[in-house]
Amino acid sequence: MDNFKSLQVRLLTSAPACPRAMKFFHLIWCNLKRKKLRTSLTLLSILVAFILFGFLMAIKQALAGGVSMAQQDRLIVRHKVSIIQMLPESYQARMERIPGVALATHQTWFGGIYQDPKNFFMQNPVVPEEFLAMHPEIILSPEQKKAWLQTRTGAIVGRKTAERFNWKIGDRVPIQSTIWAQANGSRTWEFDIVGIYDGGKKGTDTTPLFFRYDYFDENRQVNQGKGLVGWYTIRVKDPTQAAAVAKLVDQEFENSSAETKTEPEGAFVQAWASQIGNIVLIVAVILGAVFFTILLVTGNTMAQAVRERTGELGVLKAIGFTNAQVMSLVLAESCLLTVLGGVLGLGLAFLIVPVLAKALSGLLPMFFLPTRDLLTGLGLSVVLGLVTGIFPALQAMRLRVADALRRM
Amino acid sequence: MAGPINWFSQIGSITKFGLLSIPQRRGTVTATVFGIAGVVAVLVGVLSIAAGFKQAMTVSGAPDAAVVLRSGADSEMVSGLGRDQTRVIADSPGVAHTAQGPLTSAELFVIINLPKRSTGLDANVPLRGVEANAMQVRDNVKIVQGRMFEWGKNEVIVGSGAVQEFAGLEVGSKLKVGRYEWPVVGIFSANGGVAESEIWTDAKVLQEAYNRGDSFQSVYVKLNSPGAFQEFKDSLTSNPQLSVKVVRQSEYYAEQSQTMTRLITTLGFLIAFLMAIGALFGALNTMYSAVSTRTREIATLRALGFGRGAVVVSLMIESLLLALVGGAIGGGLAYLAFNNFHTSTMNFQSFSQVTFAFRVTPELLVRGIVWSALIGLIGGLFPAIRAARLPIAAGLREL
Repeated sequence: MDNFKSLQVRLLTSAPACPRAMKFFHLIWCNLKRKKLRTSLTLLSILVAFILFGFLMAIKQALAGGVSMAQQDRLIVRHKVSIIQMLPESYQARMERIPGVALATHQTWFGGIYQDPKNFFMQNPVVPEEFLAMHPEIILSPEQKKAWLQTRTGAIVGRKTAERFNWKIGDRVPIQSTIWAQANGSRTWEFDIVGIYDGGKKGTDTTPLFFRYDYFDENRQVNQGKGLVGWYTIRVKDPTQAAAVAKLVDQEFENSSAETKTEPEGAFVQAWASQIGNIVLIVAVILGAVFFTILLVTGNTMAQAVRERTGELGVLKAIGFTNAQVMSLVLAESCLLTVLGGVLGLGLAFLIVPVLAKALSGLLPMFFLPTRDLLTGLGLSVVLGLVTGIFPALQAMRLRVADALRRM
Repeated sequence: MAGPINWFSQIGSITKFGLLSIPQRRGTVTATVFGIAGVVAVLVGVLSIAAGFKQAMTVSGAPDAAVVLRSGADSEMVSGLGRDQTRVIADSPGVAHTAQGPLTSAELFVIINLPKRSTGLDANVPLRGVEANAMQVRDNVKIVQGRMFEWGKNEVIVGSGAVQEFAGLEVGSKLKVGRYEWPVVGIFSANGGVAESEIWTDAKVLQEAYNRGDSFQSVYVKLNSPGAFQEFKDSLTSNPQLSVKVVRQSEYYAEQSQTMTRLITTLGFLIAFLMAIGALFGALNTMYSAVSTRTREIATLRALGFGRGAVVVSLMIESLLLALVGGAIGGGLAYLAFNNFHTSTMNFQSFSQVTFAFRVTPELLVRGIVWSALIGLIGGLFPAIRAARLPIAAGLREL
């Protein structure tokens, strides 16, 4: 009460030069401070909700976010029946003759294990020059590129995996393939690390290892699909023509022993992510539960705050505050509470997620919090403030001065 | 000081008094109860995914059954065995026999792309070629609709999970595999096991369609008894003609389910733990406000001779009861919403889809209730201590 009275005095006597908004900010701030315990508990639960928001968004990014990394001008060509069936190496030249195709190159699933099956990361044989031309998001220094082209057993590895196993350029790493045996019967393949690449974008996966297809094809057993590759990536000349080009590619190989299915990289990645499950839906359901809970807690706090202050709101009205002003005061208070909680929560999530990402790197290589989701979270905190504040605010607006003052 | 009976009656009357005042505090109480309900619902819901997946994978393997793969292969997908090898395996000691011969089934395992009903997007559906003993080497597999496929014919039967999850697999429809069209003639169940996600056909038919010659990927074996496993395994691994890996069926599937179960459980606990902290603040809020609206009453009781301990215990009972109600609501919600919810996910080892149903088990419900009780106790403790420490004179002055 004392707090309020001194403020009221300050409000009415402060210099006209002081911006009005600032005066109100003090009032709102002091209202929040009057029940410190209640405000901090509410603030903490909002904060936790937004840490969860950030955390769930990072999970969604890790499991379903590949789509946003996909390039508009790239198509993926795989065997029509399933991706485990292989395609002839000879398809590359035929693809490159199709109008609208700028470049085609292939990759193959190697399925290797380094030391322990738990240390999962992808390793694929590729044709270095074509591969780097196709994937500008793989950043490799010119010297390392040159070394790769000169070393038959050379491999390049992403920064994340290099750091995980502490690999340095010049190391020779043995990788045991679950699929491919060498001509001598051994399944252990050795590669010389000649380059460590970085990602060109924030979401670029820097866990895979890429090694040379010529080394791979020459050494794999004859009966194990020599001359066959896993899938192709195509770059189209004009992204708006991507669908038409995809159709032409599939037509080219129709009625052959290996028919193809061609789709945009985005669609391919999306289908892959949806194989894990409907992640977007699961995340949405959990977030729904979280925010419903927080809505109750915060709404309850605001309702209590307005109820306790009925008399004071009456005074404000009596000294000339309009209904709209009183309503805005209450709304601003609830928004201040939720935005404060939101900013702190998102900030903490922003700090925690990279730590978790390190711990989860084997399981979820793309675990990070995109800036876009931080902004969404911020927007959400404002919406939460408005929704939780609106009923108490309307209640405050509708107060009749005489009734309210009687309760002083 | 009063005896224990008096103490209990003190607790009883303060608790009753607190509970009767709940209608006056509807808002805060509802917020707490539903806040805790939300935590429990999410905890139980997320863990029921892991429980369902694990169940589907572990119900599949009987202790007296084994799987043989090429050594170094971590799943059937990348394994390979010739006819000569599968013969040696069938003739090994420890294998159960019927009048027709050894109970083994040499099998092929490939995947085909079929659209998921829920998203319309392609998914990797397992297609398995089996031999005549396939039903005997696995327990629980039986035809529930239509009939078994005819041996040597291009016909398939489909697992009951696969029919639900993927489009175009009903009895009477035709499955397109490359240039072949295979009619679906029957549906089979496997007691919720992983086989229900699969499509089955004659191994010979599949070898032909995939140009596999006379090779297989795995041999499923029924053993004389669970104890015969070691004998069977030793005879195979010591045989210089073979280079194979022998595992119990139960271990084979348990190992495949590990990654996914671990991922879901870890994420589920993290999410529920954070939510629990959020709900705890809500519960603290409620109980602090319960204490502050009752300052006068508590002071009066204390003046009448009620003990500090009785005040603390009764407030904690009140908070615990509210939390338990929330926990029960949350558990019930999770049960209604998630139990037996059918879905499918990727088994990364076999690179193919596994259909399964979420399972809200009694253990999960108990765990949810325990969490809610903990939130209630912690949420009640600090406000109760504050109430017990209130100076009596100051409290009475608020009258």
